[in-house]
Amino acid sequence: MLHTFVAYVEDKPGVLTRVASLFRRLNINIISLTVGHSERSGISRMTIVAEASDQAGHRIAASLYKLEDVVEVDDIGRTPSVTRELALIKVAATASSRSHIFELAEVFRARIVDLAPESLMIEITGVESKIEGLIQVLNEAENRVIEVCRSGKMTMRRGHHTKGVLRAMGATDPESPQPPGPPLENTPDNFADNI
Amino acid sequence: MSQPEKHDNAHLTTPTRLTGSEIIWATLVGEGVTTVFGYPGGAILPAYDALRKFPIRHVLVRHEQGASHMADGYARASGKVGVAIATSGPGATNLVTGIATAMLDSIPMVCITGQVSSKVLGTDAFQEVDITGITLPVTKHNFLVTRAEDVAPAIRSAIQIALSGRPGPVLVDITKDAQQNSAIFDFEAAKPKAYNPHPMLSVRSGHLHNAAELIRNAKRPVILGGHGIMQSGAGEQVRTLAERMQIPVGMTLLGLGAFPASHPLNLGMMGMHGESWLNEAIQQADLLIACGMRFDDRVIGTPSTYAPHAKKIHIEIDPAEINKNIKADVALIGDLREVLEQLLPLLPGRDGSAWLNTIAASKGAVAVRDIRNLPDNGHLYAAHVMHDLWRITEGKAIVATDVGQHQMWEAQYYHHDYPRALITSGGLGTMGFALPAGIGAKFACPDKEVWVIAGDGGFQMTAAELATIAQEKLNVNIAIINNGYLGMVRQWQEFFYERNYESTPLVSPDFVKLADAHGIPGLAVSTRGELEAAVQTARNHSGAFLLNFLVEKEDSVYPMIPAGKALHEMIRRPGSNPLIERPEDK
Repeated sequence: MLHTFVAYVEDKPGVLTRVASLFRRLNINIISLTVGHSERSGISRMTIVAEASDQAGHRIAASLYKLEDVVEVDDIGRTPSVTRELALIKVAATASSRSHIFELAEVFRARIVDLAPESLMIEITGVESKIEGLIQVLNEAENRVIEVCRSGKMTMRRGHHTKGVLRAMGATDPESPQPPGPPLENTPDNFADNI
Repeated sequence: MSQPEKHDNAHLTTPTRLTGSEIIWATLVGEGVTTVFGYPGGAILPAYDALRKFPIRHVLVRHEQGASHMADGYARASGKVGVAIATSGPGATNLVTGIATAMLDSIPMVCITGQVSSKVLGTDAFQEVDITGITLPVTKHNFLVTRAEDVAPAIRSAIQIALSGRPGPVLVDITKDAQQNSAIFDFEAAKPKAYNPHPMLSVRSGHLHNAAELIRNAKRPVILGGHGIMQSGAGEQVRTLAERMQIPVGMTLLGLGAFPASHPLNLGMMGMHGESWLNEAIQQADLLIACGMRFDDRVIGTPSTYAPHAKKIHIEIDPAEINKNIKADVALIGDLREVLEQLLPLLPGRDGSAWLNTIAASKGAVAVRDIRNLPDNGHLYAAHVMHDLWRITEGKAIVATDVGQHQMWEAQYYHHDYPRALITSGGLGTMGFALPAGIGAKFACPDKEVWVIAGDGGFQMTAAELATIAQEKLNVNIAIINNGYLGMVRQWQEFFYERNYESTPLVSPDFVKLADAHGIPGLAVSTRGELEAAVQTARNHSGAFLLNFLVEKEDSVYPMIPAGKALHEMIRRPGSNPLIERPEDK
């Protein structure tokens, strides 16, 4: 399962290493990690997407809090939130093939940010599926994708919406009592290998 | 020769301009540190030059690993933070094993290392190593200090972090120029901001009531006592819980001594080499109350078969341990003593005699103190050594063990009634721990009798610290359990690798001669009959003494739970006859 954490951390050298190192020694794969300044002075905001078992969220958050430089951890989970990432894509394009790419960009609401005789560069923001969609279409249509640069995900919780809006979104109301989750599986018996 | 000017404590109350080197010691003095263990070198030399002006005793070791284990043993025996000092490069890397040892056993320790000048950081300078990078996974936190003004806040913060919440080691790496430059030292201003407890601590009233109800209604409860009892100072509360509710208590290795071994409700140590009646009781229990223990794999056998009928109440200060190995039914995440203070008022007395009688009966039938099963052929067995040592010292000594078979025999046969008396590496299982850790413990408790017990293998790993004992004129007694093998590994080879004793037979020096070379007297003991006299000789000698116990070569620790098996699926000593009564067990 993909877990998404937002962590507020001290803006100091080495904090990124500490957080990444924590995931490594918990043997958890980081799918995406972004970090930048936040609304709080001296504090950076990290969005970490990690692949781990369903129950691992509690342990990851608890372990993050044990790092001295971590100020706050939010396990976004399935609560209503907005997730975005940014991609820059350089595509081979000559005068004859350019307009086709302009049309694709239009469909995906992407922008052309660089235009050179042999290539152009597309800038696109959106959810992962939108970006994957554009890249897939570019690849299919015999356009030579020269470079792809992706930023990784950023996430922010939505504001408090009325129940009506939440229902329309199809999102669960964070305030309402959650149905009990699946029972905690016992840890697999890997200890047999630990002698 | 004029005396070097010692600093009076004025600098602690009035901001004073000092060099970074002086600030190191001044801060430690202000924090109440009286003893440090270390080894000088180029990058830490300025600090060492300032040492004579301060009332701190420095113990010169022979290997920085020794310094780290000494600081560890000091902390375990005293409850205070242990401090080790080393230089950069190899000095710092030699500390890493000791730091990892402290990390896995949650021991408060601060290691201060010299570092090359900040101007040459990152250039592969002489004796430069990225020790803060190397120790990232094995410290609670670490600091790289490049300016003199940051020395005091870093050290004060390090000590606070080491001692707070779940204790652990912290490293402070101080560049040479930070030591040489000067800054205004203001001890009060260097105080770190108040410690923020872990945000996920949670002791909800609803959970307390659930726990109390489970305890009141349990028919077969067991208290599992661990290291956390001592860390929290909750010995009295656990005792009240056990006595008022008539619940038996089992200990982890690191919990031994937190609840008196001689108490009628104490069932001994649980787990891989624990007491069989206790492991059986846990498997039949309907409630486990885990107090300051983390359900380590040595203690639970196999998660899927552990205590299948029991609900689990987990009282633990580190939220990351909850549901890590074993799912808790009720988690009370906080300081053990505080939690029990809130829980006890909800618990009226209870009659637990039915369950206690069941356990007592099983003690007689299935579970026999293994010492009774030893062949009576005059050979010396390690169990005899431990048992007699316990008897002769009346269980009052501080015992530092190394790692392996002797460690398990010590846990089984030396009955600890007092906390902070068993100094042993549980989580990391570091061989070579005993000798330096025992030295550290002796510095912490100079008036207590201290015994170092090590196997022939482990002793050789840090034997150089015999010279530290000699230089410091320490009265520490050393017992080597010498069987000519890496015993525990040999036991595994015997049980699981068809006796393929690959690389486990060990040729050792004559330990008595080795001790003598350091000016430490010693005796070899090879028969049961010589045991008592030898121990008394060692105790009566007014300085350090080494006893080389030549024990049965191929003896194994029983009971044993093999990997992958359940807690009750113990291997017992072959041919054991539970009905033979012997006086020696009393």
